[in-house]
Amino acid sequence: MPSLSLFLSQLFNGLASGLLLALISTGLTIIYGTLGVVNFAHGALFVVGAYAGYTVYGMTHSFVIAIVAGALVSLVVGLIIERGLVRLFYGRPPEDQILVTFGVAIILVEIVRGIFGGVSLSVPTPVWGHGIAHIGTLIYPLYRLQVLFISAGTLLVLYFVLYRTSLGLIVRAGIEDSLMVNILGINVKRIFLVVFGLGAMAAGYAGVIDAPIVTLAPDMGFRVLVDSFVVVVIGGVGSFPGAIVGGIIAGEILSLTSMFDPAYSDVMLFVVMALVLILRPQGIMGQEGRE
Amino acid sequence: MDHKKDSNGNPDSGVDRRSLLKMGVGAAGGALLPAVPGMALAADKPAIGNYPAGVSGDTVFIGLTVDLTGPYSAEGSDEQKGYELAAEQLNAGAPEIKKISPLTKKGILGKTVKLGVIDAQTNPNSAVQAATRFIHDNKAMMISGSVSSAVAIALQKVCDREKTIYMAAISGSNATTGKDCQRYGFRMCYFAYTAAKAISPVLAKSLGKNRKAVYLVPDYTYGHTTYDSMKEFTEKEGWTTVGQQVHPLGSKDYSSYLINIANSGADTLVVIDYGADAANSIKQAKQFGILDKMTLVVPYMAPFLGEELGAETMQGVYGGSGFWWTLEDKYPIAKDFVTAFEKKFGEKPHDSAYTAYMVTALWADGIERAGTFYPPDVIKALEKGVKRDGPVGKVWFRGEDHQGVVNFPILRGKKPSEMKNKSDLFEVVDVIDGSTVMPPVGHFGCKLGSYT
Repeated sequence: MPSLSLFLSQLFNGLASGLLLALISTGLTIIYGTLGVVNFAHGALFVVGAYAGYTVYGMTHSFVIAIVAGALVSLVVGLIIERGLVRLFYGRPPEDQILVTFGVAIILVEIVRGIFGGVSLSVPTPVWGHGIAHIGTLIYPLYRLQVLFISAGTLLVLYFVLYRTSLGLIVRAGIEDSLMVNILGINVKRIFLVVFGLGAMAAGYAGVIDAPIVTLAPDMGFRVLVDSFVVVVIGGVGSFPGAIVGGIIAGEILSLTSMFDPAYSDVMLFVVMALVLILRPQGIMGQEGRE
Repeated sequence: MDHKKDSNGNPDSGVDRRSLLKMGVGAAGGALLPAVPGMALAADKPAIGNYPAGVSGDTVFIGLTVDLTGPYSAEGSDEQKGYELAAEQLNAGAPEIKKISPLTKKGILGKTVKLGVIDAQTNPNSAVQAATRFIHDNKAMMISGSVSSAVAIALQKVCDREKTIYMAAISGSNATTGKDCQRYGFRMCYFAYTAAKAISPVLAKSLGKNRKAVYLVPDYTYGHTTYDSMKEFTEKEGWTTVGQQVHPLGSKDYSSYLINIANSGADTLVVIDYGADAANSIKQAKQFGILDKMTLVVPYMAPFLGEELGAETMQGVYGGSGFWWTLEDKYPIAKDFVTAFEKKFGEKPHDSAYTAYMVTALWADGIERAGTFYPPDVIKALEKGVKRDGPVGKVWFRGEDHQGVVNFPILRGKKPSEMKNKSDLFEVVDVIDGSTVMPPVGHFGCKLGSYT
């Protein structure tokens, strides 16, 4: 049996990595939850943001500027994708949306590989994130602790924007009944563009935040997409609190399972996802009847 | 001869049966048979695989299933460069490749080598699809390319069925030339058993005999067999094994495994991860302060690990490798290879390119020695164990299991202050004589199948 201190360490790590997962999945949550489009380019937008952040960090040596740059580049790419392709697919079946965004993802990843090559790149931890924190018996990288708070803060801000502002109200109304919102004199198409851009930006932002923890490889986006999808399904589609709950549950499953046998941690994640789909198809915090 | 085009010749996809028969008749009618040895043998041997259709024109096609995407994509694209250099030198009859394959004139038996590339995506299914396309659509006479042993094993199974020779590139698992060996499959490079047997005494000498090791293991055949071999040989040196963290290939977040490792009581971390996974897991291990408390060992080291993590992290780290470019100081053929590679691609070759280059050269040598492309004869020529000179000394295939007997270096990461230039990341601690670390014949249960 694992010791109590190992259990507590993994419990804490589950929380921290869970909030990071929630942050990573926000882009998918925003777009899927509000527009109903399963954006398979989510992982690729994450990669675009991370590599843009890497480039700007190398040039400016300022991680804050890198975050802004990564988010902006992904925003612009997201806006172009929405205008050029995705807006033509809002009325189409989900399979079509998945295929077109998947195609976009392949193109984006190959562009990144073409520019940066396949050899892994390393973004150094920002100066203020250097060092190791001692929490009881647990030794934890300082930057990962900071990411815990960055994730929580970002999720709160996004929640506020989407649920407590008139923009959020219009977005959600537009999803429920876009014709009526149009009749009221609001340009729903523009709102959709803004939402897609916001989702893409969130993906890129998360990419830069995550970059000092991992090494960058063009294919890392695939794993990001899978993780995000699991988080959204467990937590509940279109629910921000759901994404946080889903993230933490996923993080805890991965951490606690690996305490016994890490080989089964991914398996357990999908077992839980399957259970959620069987017992509560709308997800833990999702509303019934929402697409 | 290589530029002369037969009237029925079709350089791209080979020739179908009927035109081949016509060509045979035409050649016989012209009484040219004795003057064209390849053609003479083509008439003597029964058809098998893509023989003789695949060599009825003036070209011979090699299908490359390299991983251009996925966690091993850096190695895959480096392999592609190695194949391109080998093909270029074979077609030109370059003196560099003649040192390895002395019977080579121009091309292979006078036929121009053509390469086709499909991304195997670090995925056995994609690799098998790619190989099948090469064999059926392009009449490939040889399939090559792998980084993952799961890919290599799947490919050599399908190639054995299709009677097409498969030359594995990188593959670290004991199973490739062990229980999963195939008559049509060959692997030249060092692997789990030889790496573990070679590095364990070096580790015991430099790090001591009372070490406690914990392992980070990717969950597939390469990871498991490398763990088994490292455990066996380090324990012979007096080390104890305190645990292993088996995790899925392509993991992104290693935090939970690393917390287990930090709590394992070990003083040595053995990372078996490869490619992007190795860079990612070691970077995260450093963040968790594990590398301050434990010594890092990478028995089967990914070729770009030094560049990916930098000397700051890799200094003092011991690792096995197939090749390192500074071997050029010791071996003239290594010098040839590094120079030609740098000239063509503007960078140093890594062990992925070296392996790809060498398996192509050795396959060509097998055909030249057999005097025919007829696959069973080529296989028998390769099985003869004729020793050739490679960039790291003598190299040959063992007939019983098709495992290459090849020397390879043990490396140690240099301190940043010791580096002469940015590529000077490792020092060669020792060059292992490959013949001294081979497993006994039959140790991993190899049973080769039929030639036909």
